[in-house]
Amino acid sequence: MIPDIVIFVILSLIAIATALGMLMSKNAIYSALNLILNFCTVAVFYLLLDAAFIALTQVTVYAGAIMVLFLFVIMLLGVERLRTKSTLPWQQPLAFALAVILLVVALYVIFIRTGIYIEASEVVKEGFGSPEAVGTVLFNEYLLPFEVTSVLLLVAIVGAILLTLRQITGKKYIEMEKSDGSD
Amino acid sequence: MVPIEYYLGLSAVLFTLGALGVLIRRNAIIIFMSIELMLNSANLLFVAFARLYESMSGQIFVFFVMAVAAAEVAVGLALIVAIFRTKQSIDVDEINMLKG
Repeated sequence: MIPDIVIFVILSLIAIATALGMLMSKNAIYSALNLILNFCTVAVFYLLLDAAFIALTQVTVYAGAIMVLFLFVIMLLGVERLRTKSTLPWQQPLAFALAVILLVVALYVIFIRTGIYIEASEVVKEGFGSPEAVGTVLFNEYLLPFEVTSVLLLVAIVGAILLTLRQITGKKYIEMEKSDGSD
Repeated sequence: MVPIEYYLGLSAVLFTLGALGVLIRRNAIIIFMSIELMLNSANLLFVAFARLYESMSGQIFVFFVMAVAAAEVAVGLALIVAIFRTKQSIDVDEINMLKG
């Protein structure tokens, strides 16, 4: 039986490496593929944290649906390679410096100026994180947010269609109206 | 379970990488992916704390964050396609006018 900490270290190395790969790839397709691997790694983290249902949702929704959408748009537009000429030459080093400062401060607060973190129990109660447990809480305590989410998704569908609708359809509509008027 | 500090540290690293991606890349799609990375690091912490306190609410929140992320990606990518149609580019340096 491999201890949890070994699995954690291996998975975090993969997660950080793929995140870096996503940042540094010149080709947007490689970035997307790196991000898919990152999402799958996070899904294994969820399994490690006894959240089986969320882990599988992560794989299907994030690594599946969302990233396929990304890949579709990248290939549809043919924008996988962009010139890397920067109009603000000082902006990149400054961004690096600020990111390092943010990371150092965050790690300092988390590890050194730490509050008292409680110890997690080794075993969780039966069925924690199962679809049944998720469903029970979702449909009892969070029913209203669940219903509001459906409206949000509807708005997203309508918005996406409206934004990508070609302008030509609008012109046709006007022409049709004109021809109707002349008749 | 691995101590919660380690999850906090990993999440901080992933979040910083996402923020760095938003700052240094000029391709709008890569910027979008970096935002997804940041959302994901927050999700990881939600699940870690749900496990720590043995409460399901954290996992439900991750569920809602995923739904919002899916909606955001759909609308955001539609915006990128619309911008590409008018400007023939999705370099954020070139998108400097409010008018198309």
